[in-house]
Formats: sequence, structure tokens, C-alpha cells
Amino acid sequence: MATKPTLAVWKFASCDGCQLSLLDLEDHLLAIADTVQIAYFLEATRAVIEGPYDVSLVEGSITTANDVDRIKRIRKQSRFLVAIGACATGGGIQAVKNFRKVDDLIGAVYARPDFVDTLSTSTAIKDHVPVDFELRGCPIDRGQLFELLNALLNNRKPLVPTFSQCVECKRAGTVCVMVAHGTPCLGPVTQAGCGNLCPGHDRACYGCFGPTETPNTAAMARRMAALGVATRDVALAFRSFNANADAFRSEGDRHERA
Amino acid sequence: MDPNEPGALPSAVIDRDGLDALIATLAARGYQVLGPRLEAGAIVQGPVGGIDDLPEGWLDVQDGGSYRLERGAGSALFAHVVGPHSWKRWLYPPKQALWRAERRDGGFTVTAPDEAVPRYAFLGVRACELAAIAIQDRVFGLDAAPPVTDDPPTDGAAAGGTFLDPGYAARRAEVALIAVNCGRAASTCFCVSMDTGPRATGGYDLALTELIGDGRHEFLVEVASELGAELLGTLAHRPAETADIKAAEAATRRATAQNRRAMVPGVAELLEANREHRRWDEVAQRCLACGNCTMVCPTCFCTTVEDTTDLTGRHAERWRVWDSCYSLEFSYIHGGPVRTETSARYRHWITHKLSAWHQQFGSSGCTGCGRCITWCPVGIDITEEARAIRDSQGPAR
Repeated sequence: MATKPTLAVWKFASCDGCQLSLLDLEDHLLAIADTVQIAYFLEATRAVIEGPYDVSLVEGSITTANDVDRIKRIRKQSRFLVAIGACATGGGIQAVKNFRKVDDLIGAVYARPDFVDTLSTSTAIKDHVPVDFELRGCPIDRGQLFELLNALLNNRKPLVPTFSQCVECKRAGTVCVMVAHGTPCLGPVTQAGCGNLCPGHDRACYGCFGPTETPNTAAMARRMAALGVATRDVALAFRSFNANADAFRSEGDRHERA
Repeated sequence: MDPNEPGALPSAVIDRDGLDALIATLAARGYQVLGPRLEAGAIVQGPVGGIDDLPEGWLDVQDGGSYRLERGAGSALFAHVVGPHSWKRWLYPPKQALWRAERRDGGFTVTAPDEAVPRYAFLGVRACELAAIAIQDRVFGLDAAPPVTDDPPTDGAAAGGTFLDPGYAARRAEVALIAVNCGRAASTCFCVSMDTGPRATGGYDLALTELIGDGRHEFLVEVASELGAELLGTLAHRPAETADIKAAEAATRRATAQNRRAMVPGVAELLEANREHRRWDEVAQRCLACGNCTMVCPTCFCTTVEDTTDLTGRHAERWRVWDSCYSLEFSYIHGGPVRTETSARYRHWITHKLSAWHQQFGSSGCTGCGRCITWCPVGIDITEEARAIRDSQGPAR
């Protein structure tokens, strides 16, 4: 076999849950290790192979000046760069700071605010460098991660749909929690791919996979209001794991100002 | 006497025990009996082992974007109408394996999936659902009705079953259909205006009408096939009397009167003539483009093909999965998707369903079941959208 393609896994502002999904691919781990050279993956091994890398998986959002420099260096070393998870694709939950004065937040949280050196925003990887592909979710779906690696290795397009969660629910035969129970659910404006986790357990989708390809968040917000959700809570619903994703950010803005 | 002619055989009456025995008989004959079950706050289709599994006494109260179960006054087993599932889930499953391939020295071999064909008995099939199955029979080339248009057929389906779907055909051939005539309609029902219900007029093996009240709980049984006659023969039954038939007719009249919604007449020509209309932009303000209407529609049949591989690329599979014309990918061709605007996607769906379907398959694609109204998260109403366009044309024609 020719030289194995090299894989690097990078971390920015994040909880590590998404890169952990790679280790969670337990049944496939040996096959993956056989097929790719894991060149940089500090969560798994301190052994580091110098770049460049064929595939870089980038977890986390950009929150410091150092991050801005580092992601550019990573981009230069990476043939194919994939942002993984809500932090890397939508700024993550930490993007709620984008809607407040960051110094006030630091003062409220840290005993020594002067030790903290941060940007005023948390932003997605694509806001700083070109990104070749994105995996959504908080955390990502390990099946989609495997599919991504599998597709790259076989020179085919990854099967990662960008339509709504509703399609996934209906294919699975899940009863709609919004229509049948009156539970406000972000599924109609949220990208599918989680494996139907929350609605499959009678819970509303809270949008951790971020906006669909063409999200009508205004109609969604009107429906939530009709179901009794207060304006402030509509804003909060869009201000979670993907608070800084375009459609969710602007809908949150509209309701926060209202 | 042709048993395939509805009403050709005298109808009979069975009681609750008789229905229980019918389910047992079907199971004993190797059928997996699927019928209405209470699950997750809705009445869905699932395995039924006896009448105790049926949603006794439950009603489904439906409106645009809303479905709620309520306790009815009595112990009826079929007082509900249609739920979020449709029978296409079983006849045309959301995910179907098409073939598998293995790479072998210098070449590859392809094998068809050899899954056993399931043998289903559908219990509680409503008239609108029989109509939907008949429509899908034509779509999948089983029963190709000649198109009503003068235009020459442009594809295999319209040309008369050139492209038979073998998976659908195999599953369909094994199905036993136990219909139930509705004695009640939801507010979302409009079968009367589509001429598909509420009473089943054929295409079933047995049709039941629940006769309940005045101290009795029985079912009028009508037979429309040899299988149906055989099944009835195994059950304790008595001949139907005039009073039974009148009670069943009263149930049908009740459901008919409860059809509150109606499709505007001439909708096929209406939509054909209004490809450009401000209503498309207006509905796009409300439409989430989520695809729910297409998923719950008992006749929507679109799928996409997905190829999978293992990591080594030695093993590949091709799958067919339900798709929706509301996704961008659906209309993606070289250069990009054709229908980028939600207005174009909504127009495409409703116009295909109510208008272009006639040219393609010789009938409307809509059966008036109302699922797309109920299960639309924002309650967009196909009858209302058609009516709005009709009303914009001036006085009703």
C-alpha cells in the first residue's frame, strides 16, 4: 500500500467532546489506524509527526489573538481542513459573549481579570480561514465523522445532508413533538445528522446541529410564540450552541431587541 | 359472482371477538399484522397482536400544525382517523438496500439484497389510504392507468409500467388489506372533495365499519376478494341485516358531513395557469422548507440514492432513502440547485401533487387525507393555498 494519508486533530476553544468522538469510534478504530497515519492527536498520543497533513480536523472556536495566528498556520499545513462541531462551525456556546461586553463578563467570572487575554468574540473557523468541509453538532455525530473519513479515503462525497432534522425524524418514524405535544422544537430550522437523538426520546430539538441550508427562522420564531414561548426565551433558544451561526444570530438579535 | 366487485358478496357482521379472531387468523396464516397503536402521544402503525393493542376509546383531534389525542365517549377501536404514519412506510420503506458490491481480483461482483419479502396485513386502512396505495401502484408501475392527457407519454411510468419497481411490487403482492370505513372525520380531512372517501369502494380484502352504540359493538364486514371471503369464513359471523347496513351508512354520512375542508374544483388547471403568482412568495414567508409534508404524504415517493463504502473501498453498497423536494440537494444539477427559493419549492410540490400528477400518472396525487396540513409545523393548508389562488382569479368558476 502507498503511504498512508496523515490525519491531524487540532483544538481551539472547546470542551474536547468532538475530538473524543474519534476515539468513540471504537469498532472502527483499528481499521482507521490501519488506513490513516494519526500524525497529530494530542488527546490520544503525545507522539507528534511533523506536517504537512492530508486531513486536519479542527475542533473549537477562535477566541484569542493567538488562535487567529495558529489557525492560519494549521491551514497552511493542511491539504483538507474540516471544522468539527458547533464551536468550530458556529462559535459554540461561548459565542454568547459576542452579545455582551466581554470585560464585564471577565470581571464577573474571574478573580484576576488581568490574567485573561481574549478577543471580544468567539467565531467559527470559516470566519478566519477557508474550510473545506464542516461537521455540525454539539458534539458531532461519530457516524458522520466516520463517514467523512471514509468518503475522503474513497474519493467520494461525504453523505452529510444539510436538510432539516424533520426529514430524519420522519424517516425514523418519530412522532413530531411539536405537532403532537405542542413542544416548541427547533428541528424544522436545524440541520439533520444527529441520529434523531432528542426527538427520538420525546424531547424537542434544541438546534445543536445549527441552521439548515435555508432556515426560515422568522417563521419558526412566530410558531414558537404561538406555542406560548416568551420573546426573551425565543432569543435564548437561538442563542445556544450555535449562537453565532448567521441565521440563529440574527433571529436571536431580533428577539433580544424586541 | 366476482368477489372482486365490492358488494358482490353479502355483507356480514362480526363482534369484538370476531375482530380479535381475524387478527389471530391473519397471524396464523403468516401475516405480520400492522394496525393502529397508541405511541408517543399519537396513533401510529405498528404490530398488533389482538384487539387489546388497538387504541380503544381514543380520538385524534387534528388541525393545521396540531394533533392531540383525546378520550372519546365510548370504547370504539377505530374512532381515530389517520396519523403521522402512512402505509408507504411498509410498502416503500424509508431506507432500502439496492445492491452490494465486493472488489475481487481486478474486478468486482454485485449482489442484490436477498432479504425475505415481508408479508404484511394492514388493519385499519382508510378509504383515502386505499386511494393512496392505488396511486403508488401506478407510480411504481404496478397498475399503470393511461394518462388522461393527449400528450404522448414522456417517461416509463406514464408509458405503462415500463419501469416496474420490483421491491414495491413484491411487498405489495403479499399485502392483505383490512380496510376500516371512517365514521368520523378530522377537521383536516377533505377526502369527500377528492372523491376518495370516507367509504372504501374497492381495493381491499375486507372492509369493516364499526357499529357501536345502543349496547352493541360490532363490525359490518364487506368482502372484496377471495382472500377476504376465506378470512370471513374462518370467523364467527352472522349475515348483515338492513339495520346494520343502515347503521354503516349513517357512519359514512357522519364522516362525510364532518369533512370541513375541501379542495377547490378544477385545481389542476388552476395551478397550471398560475405558475407565476404572488401567493408563492407569500407562502414562502411561512413555509419552513422542512419537508414534513412530503414525508407524511401517503403518495410522495421521491428518494435519493446513497452510495456507501467501507474504509478500504473493497465493499460498497447502494441504498435508496426517502428524499424531499424541499431540500436544496434534491434539485441539484451541475452548477447548483434549480429551486433555491422556498417559493419555488412549495410551488413545485403542490403543483406536482395536484396538477402535473394527472399528466404523469393519470390522477391527482392527493387523496385528501390531510396529513400535510396536520403535520406541517406551521399549519400550512394545501386546500387554503389552492383556494387563495382561486380567489385571486375573481368569482369562483
